Amino acid sequence: MHSVVLVAAAFLASAVEMVEALTIVLAVGVTRGWRSAAWGVAAAVGGLILIVAGLGPALANLPIDSLRLVVGTVLLVFGLQWLRKAVLRAGGVKALHDEEAVYEAEVALLQADGERRGHDWYAFTVAFKGVFLEGLEVAFIVVTFGGTQKNVGLAAVGAVAALVVVLVTGTIVHAPLARVPENTLKFGVGVMLTAFGIFWSAEGAGVTWPGADLSLLGLIAFVVALSVGLVALLRKTADVPEVTAP
Amino acid sequence: MKLLGQFGKFWYDFLVGDDWRLAIGVVVAVAGVSFAAHHGVNAWWLLPAAVALVLAISVAHEVRRHE
Repeated sequence: MHSVVLVAAAFLASAVEMVEALTIVLAVGVTRGWRSAAWGVAAAVGGLILIVAGLGPALANLPIDSLRLVVGTVLLVFGLQWLRKAVLRAGGVKALHDEEAVYEAEVALLQADGERRGHDWYAFTVAFKGVFLEGLEVAFIVVTFGGTQKNVGLAAVGAVAALVVVLVTGTIVHAPLARVPENTLKFGVGVMLTAFGIFWSAEGAGVTWPGADLSLLGLIAFVVALSVGLVALLRKTADVPEVTAP
Repeated sequence: MKLLGQFGKFWYDFLVGDDWRLAIGVVVAVAGVSFAAHHGVNAWWLLPAAVALVLAISVAHEVRRHE
């Protein structure tokens, strides 16, 4: 059970970040040309590989309880950030994240800077930053999820599967992945990160969960119920008519 | 110095994010669970309860800020 949830969580979390990175790269490639953008992507991917290769083995040598305590706590804070944003968006307090609008804004910004001949450092830097920063979050999730389960490879499988799905979809539609229900995906990722964070940090702190690993399912259900309850409360108090359901 | 500041800001945004209450609440709750466990109390319910509380407080704070 744990392995399936691990791959699913790594897949979902990675897919969200990759959609954001792809939106930036597409905007750069379409407006400034693909060559410099591709160099930016390659440099960012190279940097990320170095980070994962350096951090993965180091984590495997740490004592499992301390690792779970630290990683679980960080994941929990990280997951709650996502969940908070998703709840506020679904509850109508914040605007929904719109990849189409992000793409248009990015294109306008890039076009305003004018066209370049030869190597375009601007395109390189924007593509590098987009892929590196979003990729860093993917790397963080893969290394922490995998490290805590002593199986970085399995978490990496989820991330690579997400990369393939996002790249293939991006190539086919050749546009920002506006049809991907990103806010719903983010809700799901926030739930997974928070549930895993509660489970691992408590276990690392010395708690024995009733039902052992099965309690993770109970935690996922608890976090879903909590978030849906908060969204319902927000919509009721704000009198919001119709927003994308989590 | 500026680079160091940017580096610190990146990690603060990355780990703490928009609301520091979430981070502080989680750290205090985990410390509480650890303290209980070291005194022989299996307080597995404490962290889920704390998560519900800090998330509700953080969301309520943001709603008030928008009003």
